[in-house]
Amino acid sequence: MSDKLLSVQGLQTCFQTGGGTVRAVDGVDFDIHSGETFALLGESGCGKSMTALSILRLVPQPAGRITAGKVLLDGQDLLALPEHAMRDVRGKRIAMIFQEPMTSLNPVLTIGMQIGETVERHLGLRGKALRDRVIALLDDVGIPDPAQRYGEYPHQLSGGMKQRVMIAIALAGEPQLLIADEPTTALDVTIQAQILDLLRKLQRERGMAMLLITHDLGVVAGIADRVAVMYAGHIVEQADRAAFFADPKHPYSRKLFESLPTMGKRDRQLAVIKGSVPSLAREFRACRFEDRCDFAWQTCRDTAPRWLAVGPEHHARCHLNDPDIAKPAPRAAAPAPAIQQAPRATAGDVLVDINDLQVFFPIHKGLFKRTAGHVRAVDGVSLQLRVGRTLALVGESGCGKTTAGKGLLQLIRPTAGTVHYRGNDLTQIGARRMRPYRADLQIIFQDPYSSMNPRMMVADIIEEGMLAQRIGRTDVERQARIDELLTQVGLSPEAKRRYPHEFSGGQRQRICIARALAVNPKLIVCDEPTSALDVSVQAQILNLLKRLQAELGLSYLFITHNLAVVEYLADEVAVMYLGRIVERGTVADVMQNPCHPYTQALLSAIPKIDTATGREIIKLEGDLPSPSNPPRGCHFHPRCPMAMEVCRGNYPERTTLSDTHTTHCYLYR
Amino acid sequence: MLALIALAGVAVVGMIALRGVKPVFLWTDVLIYLLVLVIAGVVIYSRQHEHLRAPWRRVWRSRAGMAALVVLGAYVLVGLLDSIHFREPLPPVDRSESSGHSVEVLSVFDKLAEPLRLRVEKTYSAPLAAQLYAREMQELPDGTQQRVYPRLQYGGAHLNDPETERSADIVVTASAGLMKGLGIAVLVSLAIVMLLARHYRTTPASALGRIMRAQTAMAWHVVLLTLAIILVGTMVLIELSGKYHVFGTDKVGQDVLYQTLKSIRTGLVIGTLTTLIMLPFAISLGVMAGYFRGWIDDVIQYIYTTLNSIPGVLLIAASILALQVYMANHPEAFETVADRADARLLFLCMILGITSWTGLCRLLRGESLKLRELDYLQAAAAFGVSHARILSRHILPNVMHIVLIIVVLDFSGLVLAEAVLSYVGVGVDPSMISWGNMINSARLEMAREPIVWWSLAAAFVFMFILVLAANVFSDAVRDAFDPRLRAN
Amino acid sequence: MLAYILRRVFYAVPILIGVNLITFFLFFVVNSPDDMARMHLGMKRVTPEAVDKWKQERGYDKPLLLNRAEDGARSVTNTIFFEKSVSLFAFRFGSSDAGRDIGYDISQRMWPSLAIAIPVFIVGILVNITFALLIAFFRATYIDYWGVFLCVVLMSISSLFYIIGGQYLVGKLLHLVPISGYDDGFDAVSFVILPVIVGIIGGIGAGTRWYRTIFLEEIGRDYVRTARAKGLSEPQVMFGHVLRNALIPIMTGAVAILPLLFMGSLILESFFGIPGLGSYTIDAISSQDFAIVRAMVFLGSALYIVGLILTDISYTLVDPRIRLA
Repeated sequence: MSDKLLSVQGLQTCFQTGGGTVRAVDGVDFDIHSGETFALLGESGCGKSMTALSILRLVPQPAGRITAGKVLLDGQDLLALPEHAMRDVRGKRIAMIFQEPMTSLNPVLTIGMQIGETVERHLGLRGKALRDRVIALLDDVGIPDPAQRYGEYPHQLSGGMKQRVMIAIALAGEPQLLIADEPTTALDVTIQAQILDLLRKLQRERGMAMLLITHDLGVVAGIADRVAVMYAGHIVEQADRAAFFADPKHPYSRKLFESLPTMGKRDRQLAVIKGSVPSLAREFRACRFEDRCDFAWQTCRDTAPRWLAVGPEHHARCHLNDPDIAKPAPRAAAPAPAIQQAPRATAGDVLVDINDLQVFFPIHKGLFKRTAGHVRAVDGVSLQLRVGRTLALVGESGCGKTTAGKGLLQLIRPTAGTVHYRGNDLTQIGARRMRPYRADLQIIFQDPYSSMNPRMMVADIIEEGMLAQRIGRTDVERQARIDELLTQVGLSPEAKRRYPHEFSGGQRQRICIARALAVNPKLIVCDEPTSALDVSVQAQILNLLKRLQAELGLSYLFITHNLAVVEYLADEVAVMYLGRIVERGTVADVMQNPCHPYTQALLSAIPKIDTATGREIIKLEGDLPSPSNPPRGCHFHPRCPMAMEVCRGNYPERTTLSDTHTTHCYLYR
Repeated sequence: MLALIALAGVAVVGMIALRGVKPVFLWTDVLIYLLVLVIAGVVIYSRQHEHLRAPWRRVWRSRAGMAALVVLGAYVLVGLLDSIHFREPLPPVDRSESSGHSVEVLSVFDKLAEPLRLRVEKTYSAPLAAQLYAREMQELPDGTQQRVYPRLQYGGAHLNDPETERSADIVVTASAGLMKGLGIAVLVSLAIVMLLARHYRTTPASALGRIMRAQTAMAWHVVLLTLAIILVGTMVLIELSGKYHVFGTDKVGQDVLYQTLKSIRTGLVIGTLTTLIMLPFAISLGVMAGYFRGWIDDVIQYIYTTLNSIPGVLLIAASILALQVYMANHPEAFETVADRADARLLFLCMILGITSWTGLCRLLRGESLKLRELDYLQAAAAFGVSHARILSRHILPNVMHIVLIIVVLDFSGLVLAEAVLSYVGVGVDPSMISWGNMINSARLEMAREPIVWWSLAAAFVFMFILVLAANVFSDAVRDAFDPRLRAN
Repeated sequence: MLAYILRRVFYAVPILIGVNLITFFLFFVVNSPDDMARMHLGMKRVTPEAVDKWKQERGYDKPLLLNRAEDGARSVTNTIFFEKSVSLFAFRFGSSDAGRDIGYDISQRMWPSLAIAIPVFIVGILVNITFALLIAFFRATYIDYWGVFLCVVLMSISSLFYIIGGQYLVGKLLHLVPISGYDDGFDAVSFVILPVIVGIIGGIGAGTRWYRTIFLEEIGRDYVRTARAKGLSEPQVMFGHVLRNALIPIMTGAVAILPLLFMGSLILESFFGIPGLGSYTIDAISSQDFAIVRAMVFLGSALYIVGLILTDISYTLVDPRIRLA
């Protein structure tokens, strides 16, 4: 591993925007050796993807420009090559796969053509040889029936399959280096495990080097040999994996670890990184992390830290590690404050009782658009939401968890089943009678960008619900309440005269929470509220949700695919697969003693950062079947590693494992 | 805004000067005033809303857009002056009482351009000519008859010998106009610079410097330059038209310059009132179809598919033919020729509106369909916010940029359509001066040898400048308001 | 697929009924046949007898909707509504107010119309795609900027100017081709060539600009980045990937207007004296022959709906993502 394959030196890439020049990549240095996996870790907007695009000289033109630095591939500077010579490098010596397999493939060309194009371009194969080569590649990346898939179009494949096709395209030129830009971020956790496994295997077999770009510490832990942490356009720490996970040196890296939610941190607040990522449009003289760092002192504000060796093959960019700089007396980092759970008389009582909820969407077919079938998005879900408690509804995309949440709120009218709240079945009452209950049942959405009207000021956004529910008699009263709410969610009251686009993702999510709180709800359906956020910001929002629950006695229906968050936040867990709940129990029941094979697979598929424990990943085959045509018998049996004959017959009845723990599986009958 | 104030001033002065006139409010006039009010309302509303102010600032920064806006402003000024109508009192028969008002409806513009309007020659004359374009038998002083090009009654009438003096006179007159234009341009620029200096709280010199270096929030340097060009052009035209027919005269000897200027109002009315009439339908139906879906959507889609399926020209033709028959059978409904022409113009706007609202309606339906799935609408629904409020607070503000883009975009198409429709014979009333009618009557003269080209040329040039300005301006507006384009 | 087409044809019926009602309303309700007769015979001093004769000759002497003088089905069928409007559904256009057989006229006149419309359509699309590709290839350069500006200038010129200018320049100054007229067979070429050129040039501005937007939108997509990362050259990316995708909206948009080519171009044909359906329509409008206008309205609507259906079908042919159900 001594020979340098790729050496990036002082790379700088700038963007011309309306707000001035943005230095997306600002002095990045690293080396990649043959056959190793080098992970570039960082939160959104730190410049990691732009670094990858700069290496291939694919920076979007004409706004972006590589302004300085060298990219040496086997000693040859790629940035100095003429464009036609660069084209021989792309796809042949360095290949790249992208984050969004859905949009990265050409929708009107067959996958065979798209892979074949690269083979033809770089290996010069034609005709039958070309076709055979492509089919072999499809086989290599684990696509079943490659000969048949050859002529299919991207839309006929699932997300995971598309990413496999992308990998096949990348492998086609037999590259020395594969750049994988967040290759699994858009995929579900079980599919992510498949793809990471595939990448690991291919890399080992082919002795290919890999530059993995990710924001996920778990992914890094599972696959990388060496790690570099990027922050605000440059690298702040670099080490081999073991050293990095054992002892991260930069305060930013450490914070990233601390802000991860885990079971062990349940009764404490998560560590957060205060503030937000600085704008890259400004010029930096001092440490870029200084204003968010707990340890920063005057030197950090005056001079930029040097790139220092802090161990064998371990470098960091922080004054704390500089022996030549006098450091102030170390401040004892205050332990994260514990959360005061105010016990309430009513805590634990059932607030909302959902029974056998069904939400079907009709499929129209034929000459007169008759209803030919249904998409059974939610197919008989029963849940009890308790006062002051959090129920997590867990599942992969397309399992119907969001539809279940909206069905509960009557935002989508359920097809059948009951939702009992305060002695009323909400599915039976009309919009007029539903209105007073709407104040009690609120929702927060996943995407903080589309959940607020961009044309309204924050004050108007929060006031909307109050007006609709006639809360606050006068304008003065309402404005005072808005100030109070903004303070409660950790924003300044000045925020109310501004527009949503002026806030960061985390701040917007706070505003959304304030909007929901404005009508004094009893229950908030949290629909993946942290999925679109970076880890450090996610920690802020989770802390806030936890604090509000303690203060206000709120109940949460927490819809998520992120099991780590579930461990930290939830009291009870329900695991959903293809419209039905397969396992239910307290968080301890489900997370520590998972019974349903699907739950087990889901749990094992999460990339964990503590790689020491010899976990075995239960790999699930294939993809989620279509909810319009679920498999007969147990919905899970086609993918289940423990499927038995009986599983093919009927859907399994509920098995009670303990007072709190139930599952639907023949293993426990 | 400045144009509006100026217009109001002119109107008041005009009315005082013409005491005793009987104001006439044609239907289109009233709608134009309404449109001006609507635009004023939009301006005030935009100033208060950041999401509208920011894109407008991008428009103000666009050099091409601002140049186009100034040109449009000049056209609009003429159009508005031509939209204040009245009937002059007839000279009293005896002193004691007034004898009523003339049946001829005039506008303020007619009054301002009185020399152009009244100095009618016998027939064709070429631009800046001093003689008719056709030979006539004339009796010479010695009693013999000869076919000569007779002198014009007004054009170049001050010259003794056109052959030798005309070119020099034209140059001198034009230069005088040029100098006057430059002078006025300098004065206007100075006034604007002074105002800007007060606005920026600096000295006029430094304000001028900022304008010249293009460091102002609005592309003032382009505005001033365009204004100067227009002022110089106008002054040259005014000077020349005092002595000549700048664009010649048509078959009945009317000044072509006067006709092209009169056509401006027709073009503007078609381009704007059509949109004004169709907007309420397009917006309300499109938004409702997308938001409510279900049978409401089905009905609205049926309506616009049906209307859309009829070829536009034929629907217009059919309607106009029906109107013609109606007008022919009910002559008593229209008091004056202007009344009848105006009614037909308005009807044309309406029928154009009916054929053109479907495009916008479909766009708005699509956008509303997308919007209703967005989280913030779900959030509003989760609060129990009423449909009416969701439509007005969430959907409408988020489709307004599309409305604006389409309104500006449609304008130029409508101006061009007028010419084609008038050619086909289903456009404005033949008695109404419009570019379409000018082209229609002039094209018959294409066959003449030598060719009579000036009517066509004048109509095409004036129409081209207006449409080009509108297109350039609409590009600037679209660039500023369409978020999808900005992402590129 | 077949079920889909059948359903679309089925949906077309209410639309055509709507169109028919609109035209019926415009031609027979707003103005009575008496009004029309008086209009045609000259407003002044028309005897009631002359009006009646005019109506009778053209079959306008029947009641509008219900003929009380007849029994049973005849009371409905022997009316103006049935004979003049409903019969259009069977494409029986009847005879014009001047007494000519409209169906025959249409079948004769559609060929000259197509002789102009089809070359304008095909060559126009090719020319516009070429220019748009060129401009998109040089995106964000001065070529792009001035190319778009030129498009806007071309768009701002009245179509009448293109025609008059073309006639004057080519026909009158250069004497290359006849200014107007038509001939059968191969002789038609010399008559057709000028209107075709004028038609193409008149469409370049708007077409090129529109296609450029489509190309730029496609160029911004992720799969283009993938194609570049494969090491493909810019022409390979443009023709192999961008053009393929951009052709979807271009082709389907073109197919939508394909059937309407039958209707011909109103002003082109009338200026150049081509005896096609466009000039037929114009002549009918200027001679106020309502029967022809009615027939052309119906024909146009039917062709428009055919265009809609063809568009949907063409989507399934060019876009693998779309399958009709």
